[in-house]
Amino acid sequence: MTTVATRPSDEALQRRPTLAVWKFASCDGCQLTLLDCEDELLGLTAAIQVAHFSEMTRTSIDGPYDLSLVEGSITTPADAIRIREVRAASRTLVTIGACATAGGIQGLRNFAAKGEYASTVYAHPEYISSLDTSTPIAAHVPVDYELHGCPIDRRQLLEVITAFLAGRRPVVPGFSVCQECKQRGTVCLLVADGVPCLGPVTRAGCGAVCPAYGRGCFGCFGPTDAANTPSLAGKLRTDGMTPVDATRLFRTFNAGAPAFRDESAAQERAGAAAPEHHGRTSR
Amino acid sequence: MSHGARRTIGVEGISRVEGEGSLHIDVRDGSVHEVILEIFEPPRYFEALLRGRRFTEAPDITARICGICPVAYQMSACAAMEAACGVTVDDRIRALRRLLYCGEWIQSHALHVYLLHAPDFLGCADAVELAERDRGSVERGLRLKRAGNQLMETIGGRSVHPINVCVGGFYSAPGPAAIAALAEPMRAALDDALATVAWVAGFEFPDVEGAYRFVALRDGGRYPIESGRVASSDGLDVDPAGFAELVEEEHVARSTALHARIRGRGPYLTGPLARYALNGDTLPVVARQAADEAGLGPVCANPFRSIVVRAVELVVACSEALRLIAEYEPPDPPATPVVARRASGTGATEAPRGLLFHTYALDAAGGIEAARIVPPTSQNQLTIEADLRRVAEASLALDDGELTWRCEQAVRNHDPCISCAAHFLDVTVRR
Repeated sequence: MTTVATRPSDEALQRRPTLAVWKFASCDGCQLTLLDCEDELLGLTAAIQVAHFSEMTRTSIDGPYDLSLVEGSITTPADAIRIREVRAASRTLVTIGACATAGGIQGLRNFAAKGEYASTVYAHPEYISSLDTSTPIAAHVPVDYELHGCPIDRRQLLEVITAFLAGRRPVVPGFSVCQECKQRGTVCLLVADGVPCLGPVTRAGCGAVCPAYGRGCFGCFGPTDAANTPSLAGKLRTDGMTPVDATRLFRTFNAGAPAFRDESAAQERAGAAAPEHHGRTSR
Repeated sequence: MSHGARRTIGVEGISRVEGEGSLHIDVRDGSVHEVILEIFEPPRYFEALLRGRRFTEAPDITARICGICPVAYQMSACAAMEAACGVTVDDRIRALRRLLYCGEWIQSHALHVYLLHAPDFLGCADAVELAERDRGSVERGLRLKRAGNQLMETIGGRSVHPINVCVGGFYSAPGPAAIAALAEPMRAALDDALATVAWVAGFEFPDVEGAYRFVALRDGGRYPIESGRVASSDGLDVDPAGFAELVEEEHVARSTALHARIRGRGPYLTGPLARYALNGDTLPVVARQAADEAGLGPVCANPFRSIVVRAVELVVACSEALRLIAEYEPPDPPATPVVARRASGTGATEAPRGLLFHTYALDAAGGIEAARIVPPTSQNQLTIEADLRRVAEASLALDDGELTWRCEQAVRNHDPCISCAAHFLDVTVRR
């Protein structure tokens, strides 16, 4: 019996994987993070072919794409259709950033009355074609991996691209910002100084940058998988935070992430039951 | 009667700009019939979602309008809140803000000059293709961009959506050693910025001039970045609140924009060309020399040459950063306390791509009752459309492919940030 050795064709060996970058409702900051890889950018583009990335190139090559990075949330009927087309053209689809993974700051409309936002901003809301909700990509199509952050972290982005092109899962920590503070040697602001901090319930990835600058974490990377938000909210309230301010604290860039969404709603109910005023100073 | 020849140029997704837009040019009988720059970036309703938030939250929330120029949003928001509350911050805080803002100018201008704009002049689809021909230049651009990001990371904590800015100043002031360590990379960046001016001055420019009404800040004897009064090339000189009252915005179905005009005057242009024309007397010496060597006169009205002005502003930002690094004293405390009151305030600063102003009305407890945010791209949109018409008319001899590219370039000349503009713009009814 003879064995026929098989090996990839020369063409396949030479073919670089294709990368596409897509934008929905967002600020461009997460895709800019790719261009912020100043030391790696030219090496990266030698290893992969950038097939579609309108912020960077006029060239746009038809799919299918090996890896699609998707920034932004779904806020219009047209985008709800476009994301299905992107999914169909992508072998692997990774969402990047708080808009794509949780609906973003524009997701605050999900808590408002229908139509209220458009009429606040526009003289002629009838010209506007926009949904009353801002929803994450995973609410519309299957997503292979979600990279969190507002903005995402550059090193984590490189890890995700490298991992998917190598056919492995990315190694991105799931622990909280607290662990990064400990690694960095930052004294706990919450315990030592009573500074409100979402670090205990927020996903690591930023390097615990806010506490290192004397500021409490405000939740850019969204909740950890095991976030105990009621416990933290209890501590913040005990330390003197009003329910109104606690609602706001959980209701920013990741307001639509379930753990933050539910806690902000609980605090809002508490505030409605016992209205209190809030402080007037800037710090 | 001849049957008119009709030619349509359409670009469904303009590349190498920040955000999503398209342009359509309708040519009939050899002349440009209609030009539409359309924004299909979805609206994000910032003015609505800011209502009911605390005045202290505006810098972080409005930063999310734009990942390319978050510091501009933070600085205009802080200036507006401080104006409303009647607070003037410490000079050392002002200096640190200016230094942070220099970082944003450097990273944003380096991005635009090298990655978004230069490929047009050299016939490349993008900077990657450009690097295959001239790797040294692209590497210089990336070095400059990194130097800007390094400033932002040291002062702001990170380059996209910095975390260290608050109403009144900063959460903490970097130590003198951390700031001093920026001097060496910034000296190299100044050399790279000067080399950038020489590089782009050698490009070939289409011979087109706009008739612009320039609007920019003027800030005493300094090149305007983080503060100033609003001036125009037709004699306006008002404070930011006065300017905000003069700007009318119209929501029309044909366009996708709230079109900004100065009441009684008309459309205008903000950004590098305007800043340069109105502030040439305040350029640092090294930038003045670079501008002279590049052959820029006192006013540059060729929009394609905006890349040269942007390069000169890279020199401004690098030399200003070096001065501020050398003079740095940590502000103590890092923030001036700000107590809210029932009042309104306007803040205006110079984003890399032009004037950005915010106006807020606060309640007595510091809750935001109303917000108005007017980014540079919406102020420039009517002028960009006029430019497109002018450029298209001057370029009708080109074939469709080249004409399309030329028109795209006419848009990129103004470094539009459609993500910024679209927080209150939207796709409207297509005809």
